[in-house]
Amino acid sequence: MASGKSKGNTERWIATILLIIGGFIISLPFIWMITSSFKPESEILQMPPTLFAENPTIQNYINLFTNMNFGVYLRNTLIIVLLSFIGLFLNAMAGYGFAKYHFKNKEKVFYLVLATMMIPGQVTMIPVYLLLNEMGLINTMAGIVLPGLAAAFSIFLFRMFMATIPTDLIEAARLDGAGEFYIFFRLIMPISKPIFAVQGILTFIAAWNSFLWPLIIANDESLYTLSVGLSLLKGQYASNFALQMAGAAFMVLPIIIIFSFFQKYIVEGFTTSGLK
Amino acid sequence: MNQLVKGTVRNRHPFIFIAPALLILILFSLIPIIIAFVISFTDMDLKGLADWSNISFIGVENYTNLLADTVFHKAVFNTFFYVVIGVPLVIFFSLGIALLLNYGKNLVFTVFRAVYFMPAITNIIAIAVVWGFLYNTEYGLFNYLLSLADVDKVPWLEHPVIAKLSLILLAVWKGIGINMIIFLAALQGIPNSYYEAAKIDGAKRWQILLFITIPLLRYAIFFVTVTTLIGWLQFFEEPFIMTQGGPLDGTVSMALFIYQRGFQFSEFGYAAAGSFVLFIVIIIVTLLQFKLRKADDDI
Repeated sequence: MASGKSKGNTERWIATILLIIGGFIISLPFIWMITSSFKPESEILQMPPTLFAENPTIQNYINLFTNMNFGVYLRNTLIIVLLSFIGLFLNAMAGYGFAKYHFKNKEKVFYLVLATMMIPGQVTMIPVYLLLNEMGLINTMAGIVLPGLAAAFSIFLFRMFMATIPTDLIEAARLDGAGEFYIFFRLIMPISKPIFAVQGILTFIAAWNSFLWPLIIANDESLYTLSVGLSLLKGQYASNFALQMAGAAFMVLPIIIIFSFFQKYIVEGFTTSGLK
Repeated sequence: MNQLVKGTVRNRHPFIFIAPALLILILFSLIPIIIAFVISFTDMDLKGLADWSNISFIGVENYTNLLADTVFHKAVFNTFFYVVIGVPLVIFFSLGIALLLNYGKNLVFTVFRAVYFMPAITNIIAIAVVWGFLYNTEYGLFNYLLSLADVDKVPWLEHPVIAKLSLILLAVWKGIGINMIIFLAALQGIPNSYYEAAKIDGAKRWQILLFITIPLLRYAIFFVTVTTLIGWLQFFEEPFIMTQGGPLDGTVSMALFIYQRGFQFSEFGYAAAGSFVLFIVIIIVTLLQFKLRKADDDI
């Protein structure tokens, strides 16, 4: 018995060591990004490279806002984040509608919703662009946000969660004379806090990272998001790696901070949602 | 008719709840499929966008042109290359790391679970920018580390085949996180009694892994394979940011080909035809997998 236990312990140590080595390799790009972002332009091209900056500077971060319009990109990205929370709310409403009401062909409509998950983005990309063009929404914030507001997977998860809320609770509220919307806002939404938390974090990450659609719709630099701005920076300052690293760090660090606070929720969210 | 209207008004609440999200999905997901299908048979371009009368039906010409387009051939080959090498690597590493993480539940393991998961949620553009620096032939960290071991400079992104492998390395790094979490959840769902029974029967470690753990993970492995495969067939951002499809179209993927045709050359009809080919490939691959699994289940 004793030998079995020590054998298990050795294995655990090996697993731990392997994990630490692998974890270091995995996080190497992050470490390199952060330390390089504080190097002055002269030091970044130095060979052999230094791990930590000899003359650390935050000039690269200042340049993001003075040489590039990162202030504008940040504002646009935050607007997209806010607007996508409206989408989250619409998905929650739809999830509730599917979970707690009965109407004709409900399941068929729901399958239709699920079917949209299988359509690859590349197929809808061009038609949606043409549609938005007809609507006059090219180069507008509405055009950037609108197509992504509803997400089948989000509706699916809200439905799954809200189906577990006892119907008796809703019936009781109805008997007390509560209206349907009152029930949704004052009863259902507070109960559904856990799923709102998970979905809220995922929505934030997705909106913060949004790239392709803003790139296609925004012709004007004043509508660029951080991702689009960063890809522009890579093109314009191709050899200024310190500035590039600062731009990348500026995008990545908020997500890492949010992630370390809400790690448990995010991991659970991804586990239940499977992918994205 | 009147009755129908009255009935709808009385039962209006579910519709009010569902309608906004449903309308957006119909407008921006379902209708576009039809539009894509229709315009793939036209010569829609910038002129057509300005005035619809400039659009004419050209039958299957876009599709026959695709068959003859050498860039499209390369895009199909490269996509195939990405999938065949990348997907097994993602599954191997994410399963391996999940098995290691499953050894314990203390702080070290929680912290490393977070570390391995981090690339999955970081912005792909930021990742591409950082890796572009790491891969730089003259000033990149990778070539410096190799030079310490007296290895010559590797043209990470300048050689068609090496560039493909470099992009795969980056995408595997990013792809491990989510799949590892799915495997970990599945692993933690396996009842301990199975392992104990196997140990009593004198099973060795590798026997337990091969004959108990892996078979019980079948559903997770299947799920990860399908979703990873679909994702990799749509490989896009990595070549788009890091190589723009070059060198010599060596890293163009099907998705990037569609984007370039559609939004850089404004050949909307041609790009739509390309996107439909990709769609059909995705459907066939997915159906094939479900079929294979069904055969597997029957045994």
